[in-house]
Amino acid sequence: MTIRTSITVNGKETSREVEARTLLVHYLREDLGLTGTHVGCDTSNCGACTVLLDGEAVKSCTVLAAQVHDCNITTIEGAAQADGSFSPMQEGFRQEHGLQCGYCTPGMIMASTALLAENPNPTEEEIRHALEGNLCRCTGYEMIVNAVRWAAEHPNFTSGGAK
Amino acid sequence: MSLVGARVLRKEDPNLITGNGQYVDDLQPAGCTSMVFVRSTEAHAKIRSIDTAEALALPGVLAVWTSANIAQLANCPGGLPGLDQPLLAKDVVRFVGEGVAVVVATDRYIAADAAELIVVDYEPLPAVASLSAAMAPGAVVLHEVLGGNTVHFQDFENPLDEVFAAAPRTASLHIVNNRCAPTPIEPNVCLADWGRSGLTLWAAFQAPHHLRNTIAQYFGIPQDSTRVVAPDVGGGFGAKINFVPEFFLTALLSKEIGKPVKYTQTRSECLVAMLHGRAQEHDASVAFDNDGRILALKLTVTQDQGAYPNGTGMGLPVLTTAMAAGCYRIPAVAISWRNVVTNTTPVAAYRGAGRPEASYTIERLIDLIADETGVDPVEVRRRNFIPVDAFPYATHSPLAMYDSGNFAGALDELLKHVNYEELKKEQEKRRQDPAAKLLGIGFASWLEIAGFGPPGSLEAFGHLASWESAQVRIQPDGSAIIFTGASPHGQGTVTTYAQIAADELGIDFDRISVKHGDTAVVPQGIGTMGSRAVAVGGEGVKTASGRVYENAKRIAAHLLEASAEDIVIEDEKFFVKGTPARSVPWSEVAWKSFQPLELPGGMEPGALDSTVFQQVPNFSFPSGAYCCVVEIDRETGAVNIVNMYLVDDCGTVINPLLVEGQVHGGVAQGIAQALYEHMLYDPSGVPRTSTLMDYLVPAASDLPGYITGRINTPNPSNTLGAKGVGESGSVGAPPAVVNAVVDALSHLGVKHIDMPVTPIKVWNILEGAK
Repeated sequence: MTIRTSITVNGKETSREVEARTLLVHYLREDLGLTGTHVGCDTSNCGACTVLLDGEAVKSCTVLAAQVHDCNITTIEGAAQADGSFSPMQEGFRQEHGLQCGYCTPGMIMASTALLAENPNPTEEEIRHALEGNLCRCTGYEMIVNAVRWAAEHPNFTSGGAK
Repeated sequence: MSLVGARVLRKEDPNLITGNGQYVDDLQPAGCTSMVFVRSTEAHAKIRSIDTAEALALPGVLAVWTSANIAQLANCPGGLPGLDQPLLAKDVVRFVGEGVAVVVATDRYIAADAAELIVVDYEPLPAVASLSAAMAPGAVVLHEVLGGNTVHFQDFENPLDEVFAAAPRTASLHIVNNRCAPTPIEPNVCLADWGRSGLTLWAAFQAPHHLRNTIAQYFGIPQDSTRVVAPDVGGGFGAKINFVPEFFLTALLSKEIGKPVKYTQTRSECLVAMLHGRAQEHDASVAFDNDGRILALKLTVTQDQGAYPNGTGMGLPVLTTAMAAGCYRIPAVAISWRNVVTNTTPVAAYRGAGRPEASYTIERLIDLIADETGVDPVEVRRRNFIPVDAFPYATHSPLAMYDSGNFAGALDELLKHVNYEELKKEQEKRRQDPAAKLLGIGFASWLEIAGFGPPGSLEAFGHLASWESAQVRIQPDGSAIIFTGASPHGQGTVTTYAQIAADELGIDFDRISVKHGDTAVVPQGIGTMGSRAVAVGGEGVKTASGRVYENAKRIAAHLLEASAEDIVIEDEKFFVKGTPARSVPWSEVAWKSFQPLELPGGMEPGALDSTVFQQVPNFSFPSGAYCCVVEIDRETGAVNIVNMYLVDDCGTVINPLLVEGQVHGGVAQGIAQALYEHMLYDPSGVPRTSTLMDYLVPAASDLPGYITGRINTPNPSNTLGAKGVGESGSVGAPPAVVNAVVDALSHLGVKHIDMPVTPIKVWNILEGAK
């Protein structure tokens, strides 16, 4: 069974005829070619596929594309600022070495972005708790915590359009 | 200013933080198809029949293969002759997760649907899912050719019976080093495209040239038209240097159906099909005097090889026994090992590969000696350390000629951070207060063997050689490209190599690129494993850069009508020392290096391009001292790490930010092994931890912050002085954590607890003591 779904992704209207069972992550990666969102598990534990659904962090492996008809999705490709500067969170991950292999990173950045939207000045403990659903195998997490703190401390970061 | 040693941000990051990384699953060439496995649900069974008819009939299915389709093909490379794993199980399956059939379809949903329609009729056989079951009399035999389940047994040369009989004291431990699943967040992924112009295989792999060599040999095709690409790779931890059937099957099927074939492993498959690590049992005995001085050590390692032993797995107990004595001067050491097959996932390298097992056991024994003699664990370590003036130090093993270190110095540095005397008082106070959490302090003075390695070392694991390649190529505009055979997957090699080259060449860091991971681009290579990327590959970058720089100086001298030995460089300008006013920029030297009329006599165009196959004379020996402080909840048995103090000696540090990241990551995996992770099987060989809901990869909330320090004894085997740091944390952390837990419970008579130290294990101890 196919179904027509229209989703605003990173501010752009998209519309496709999809199988009803198509996962949002596969819609993003395979139908739209937005491969920055990764798949790391099949039980919703790892969070590599985290995107923002109307501003809230969701695991796009656990959402059907058809479910988010008429919704707004932001992926890592849409995380940067309008002028092209990295977002404070992207820059925080770079400044604090919050990534190594980079595979979990898009999900981490989106989950952390959602955290700061809700709590602009989280403590270390609040950050660790908020990121419980995102697994990283490389960093041991401390530098991810530092990255989120960096973003919290630099909410107005801009590189003046430099990417 | 020297860039070596500077906290430089990574060149890798801009792509990776914007979603512009390129992992294998991100590639979608025209006509790309999807391969899905049917994997065995039985640990040991005969295959009576496989019914593929319904799957083949499903629209969109392009091929369904079982072993019958590839009957003429050799088994998967990397195994032991006669014991190797078929690409698809032939007549019998030997572990849950072994491939039985594959489906290729136009998309991954259809392929998965078709795989569900395949019916495999098994006739179950008795299974052995543990070392003790596999070695029991009358146990079912996995491989008839062996006649039993022991693949190899290396007995003691001298069991030291007399030393032990005469010693004032002895103590023994049976230690289980728990089986772990490496679990990179990107599972195994590969994409094969085998057309008229040859085979290209994109693979999430740590050593693309190694795979190129093997796959070309396997298919009998020339290497000029066999290309392997490891683009961005989402973590490896040793698990992505193994040859697995996926690579060969996607290639074969691509040739068969004439389209690219992609395989993307699911996490649940990854946990049973990607090779596991550790899985050793140790019988360790130590003889010592009343002052805690060690007189002799005796260790037998029993290595679970899983169902199909491979070269790397067979090497694990060799490395463990070579490093058995850790950083201690032990007059007599006896080692023995046994490799055993079981109906479980095969075992190979996982971050540390044999060395975490060694350091764990010797460091547990040190604490046992402290417990038996009443000498403080820190003091027992001090009394037995190899002193700084004893290097080079020959061990019981010809593999391990320790070349440098300062074990007492690392411990001294550690104790500057740890308020040890206060902690001991606090521990005592809490023991008297039933409402307080118990406190434990654990130390580990660890040492590993890394920087693989001297000639012959990697050859023993099936690699072409043990050097690493580096090509430094100056472009006509004076920018530089480094090509390396090291194949990073998170280490930050692009950044560290550019730092090394910038210093040697005098070219700006921002005008140096590093290319890797493609056999069509990088001349030759070995790969990233065994903490070798800087100690061997980075040294190669330095050597090749130095050669290019010498030629650049000759060109500059020619242009300045001076002598090359008088030329110096600053801000990318060559000039005669003392006269910076008259200079020639790097860009001009580079441009003219390609113009025969501008070159000094005897120099050919292309002189600013150097390829090195860097060899090193010895392994490297990173070491350090860690301390873990834990609290234990008396009601729940839960262990909480309060502080983790880490002093590393990895020799020269190229980039402190990246070294810190490697230490943190390794320590996180070490804590995970100590407290959380265990790949468990039930007695019938069914895995009980085959999803991330059951296999406990720790999250941010499960791990502590880290307090780090450093000492530096340079590596004498390379001019950088770097030893490698990728595996250190996973070597040092497990004994520190478990020593802390045992210390917290020592007043209850606890001598040892096997990893992972779960709340239920601790709770049972606390309940038993009531």
